[in-house]
Amino acid sequence: MIKTPRTKMREQDSQERIDNFLEVALGYSLEEARQEAMRCIDCKNPKCVLACPVRVKIPEFMKLLLEDALDESFHTIYEDNILPSICGRVCPQESQCEGACILGIKSEPVSIGALERFVGDYGMEKGLANTGKPESNGIKVAVVGSGPAGLANAASLRKKGYDVTIFEALHDYGGVLKYGIPDFRLPKEIVTNEIDNLKDLGVKFVKNAVIGKSLTIDQLFEDNYQSIFIGSGAGLPSALGVPGENLNGVYYANEFLTRVNLMKSRTKEFSKTPIKLGDNIAVVGGGNVAMDAARTAKRLGAKNVFILYRRGREGLPARLEEIHHAEEEGIDFRLLTNPIEIIGENRIVKQVRCEHMKLGEPDSSGRRRPLPTGEYSTYDIDNIIISIGQKPNPILKDNTLGLETQPWGGIITDEFQMTSIPGVFAGGDVVTGAATVILAMGAGKDAAHHMHEYLQTKQQ
Amino acid sequence: MYKITKKKVLNEAVDLMHIEAPLVAKNAQPGHFVIVRVDKDGERIPLTIAGMDGDQVHIIYQKLGYSTQLLGEKQEGDFVEDFVGPLGKAAHIRDKKHVVGVAGGVGSAPLLPQLKAYAEQGTKVTLILGGRNKDYIILRDQYAPFCENIIITTDDGSLGQKGLVTDALKPLLEKDKSIDHVIAIGPVIMMKFVTLMAKEHEKTIDVSLNPIMIDGTGMCGNCRVSIGGDTYFACIDGPDFPGEEVDFDELMSRQNYYKDQEHDCYMRLKR
Repeated sequence: MIKTPRTKMREQDSQERIDNFLEVALGYSLEEARQEAMRCIDCKNPKCVLACPVRVKIPEFMKLLLEDALDESFHTIYEDNILPSICGRVCPQESQCEGACILGIKSEPVSIGALERFVGDYGMEKGLANTGKPESNGIKVAVVGSGPAGLANAASLRKKGYDVTIFEALHDYGGVLKYGIPDFRLPKEIVTNEIDNLKDLGVKFVKNAVIGKSLTIDQLFEDNYQSIFIGSGAGLPSALGVPGENLNGVYYANEFLTRVNLMKSRTKEFSKTPIKLGDNIAVVGGGNVAMDAARTAKRLGAKNVFILYRRGREGLPARLEEIHHAEEEGIDFRLLTNPIEIIGENRIVKQVRCEHMKLGEPDSSGRRRPLPTGEYSTYDIDNIIISIGQKPNPILKDNTLGLETQPWGGIITDEFQMTSIPGVFAGGDVVTGAATVILAMGAGKDAAHHMHEYLQTKQQ
Repeated sequence: MYKITKKKVLNEAVDLMHIEAPLVAKNAQPGHFVIVRVDKDGERIPLTIAGMDGDQVHIIYQKLGYSTQLLGEKQEGDFVEDFVGPLGKAAHIRDKKHVVGVAGGVGSAPLLPQLKAYAEQGTKVTLILGGRNKDYIILRDQYAPFCENIIITTDDGSLGQKGLVTDALKPLLEKDKSIDHVIAIGPVIMMKFVTLMAKEHEKTIDVSLNPIMIDGTGMCGNCRVSIGGDTYFACIDGPDFPGEEVDFDELMSRQNYYKDQEHDCYMRLKR
């Protein structure tokens, strides 16, 4: 089995797909899924499970898949991960489960992500997640934010019987899954479907509710919510801090992606929230969001899209698959290139001036530190999209007395994920800073456990 | 869905609406704004709150573009898709002796609760209302109970004195030395020149900025403004800022970046 090569997922042709927003990876057929699952050697101590932030029982769901017990296979995943169709698509598997797969040492790891996606989609189609409404125990719990952390937290608490309400600031549910991740990577129907599952479970959803403004944490307690989970994510864009950042045509990735994903901007068809985009686009940053922005720009018709990244190739934090897909789609990677000034004409962006870098000794992140070389290049551009990270939104912190935060804005929690306010818990990007969907989900799920213990103690 | 409980046409271009929105009304204060989405797939538009009572939030809007025009087609009893707030920081009501409020056009709406708050804390208030013509002078009667001195200016002289708000502000600042603060809300160009005049007379000034916004909650960064050389987000740090420190020219240029697209969108509605 070790020698058998990986079963590749079919993909939309790279030249075709840059003209549409349809999903790039097309998934496995049952036959392909079985073929790939057979590669698993069923280790006695599966390292993949330990490397998964929510400990999905990976060899077990694969075994069930091979035994044609697909329903059971789905339920096995669903016990630990309520969003398998999403995680199968967006998790950085190479640094988690697949990175730990023993086959990876001599050959290629099992395509765990693709298999999770297959089983997740099967379950979604068959409506397997819909297991009815658990009876309510009458205890009200509030969840702030409907992104991955909030959804996972709400699902876990609802299953334990709590009367859960999710408050979302935007007009649609899903947080970053809706406004951030583009359709070609995560079709929005999948997110909507997962949210409908939670509604079927009896989770209540309130949109257009900005906690801290529309309702404060104190007002939620006054409204008889017994505990609150904050999963409001990291939605505030980080600034590059170079001259020219406020010129017209300079976008933060959040604005660019929100226009396209949440507000459905398209350049080729009429949209009420349009997007203005020229031919030559620079994207600053090397993470998943930067890849999403670059590939979105290409799909909107930009001719030349290039990534500016101050480190080398091995320093790119994006998922490998996204980097490959971006390259196939003609995105140009200008590595070891650090933007130092955005130059405009009549207040509209025209050029970006960059300094070339070289690699020095490893820094605190373990990656080799980029060092200036004193050599510069200037590139002509029509737009530049800054995508160098996000921080937690300050609204909640600014409007909640006694909520302690880090200097960079992250909410401080104790070992039980409780914040400085008794009964208020937090998890996901709002605590860790921008990370991954699965880590946020894991934090939401773990917090549900701590909230349950807290509430049980409180009831006594 | 949020119900329009009252609609009043103030002039050919400006309407007043009361919207039933308990979650906005609960904590709303002068200076806050809302984001409205008229229908599904609609644009998110920011509007300053003009007042509130009970569960009702009052908005006043000028039918300038696609979405405000669409909103204007809604009638009493109809619904808007989304209505979220209160957003932004509440206006900072300063400890001042005599405040002059200067409003241009629909700027009269957000100024009203602010100037009223000043009057209620015992500050003497004077008002200058400016507009293109007499139809664009709105809410004068609502100011009257707490503001004795109201000066009207119109571009065509159809009401009050002919000229700009600054023509009325200048003599006021020159002769009344008790004035120690100015608030200006209206078109950016107006706020810019009122600020220059206030600075010249060494008065502090607050302005309310209206850059392009999408989410209105600190997420997109489109509404960034330069204040005293630093970048702020108008949606979470504002919309009110000390006028002396605002880069008005940058704001005007950023407001115009999407002008062609806005026009295209608007023309589709007209067809």
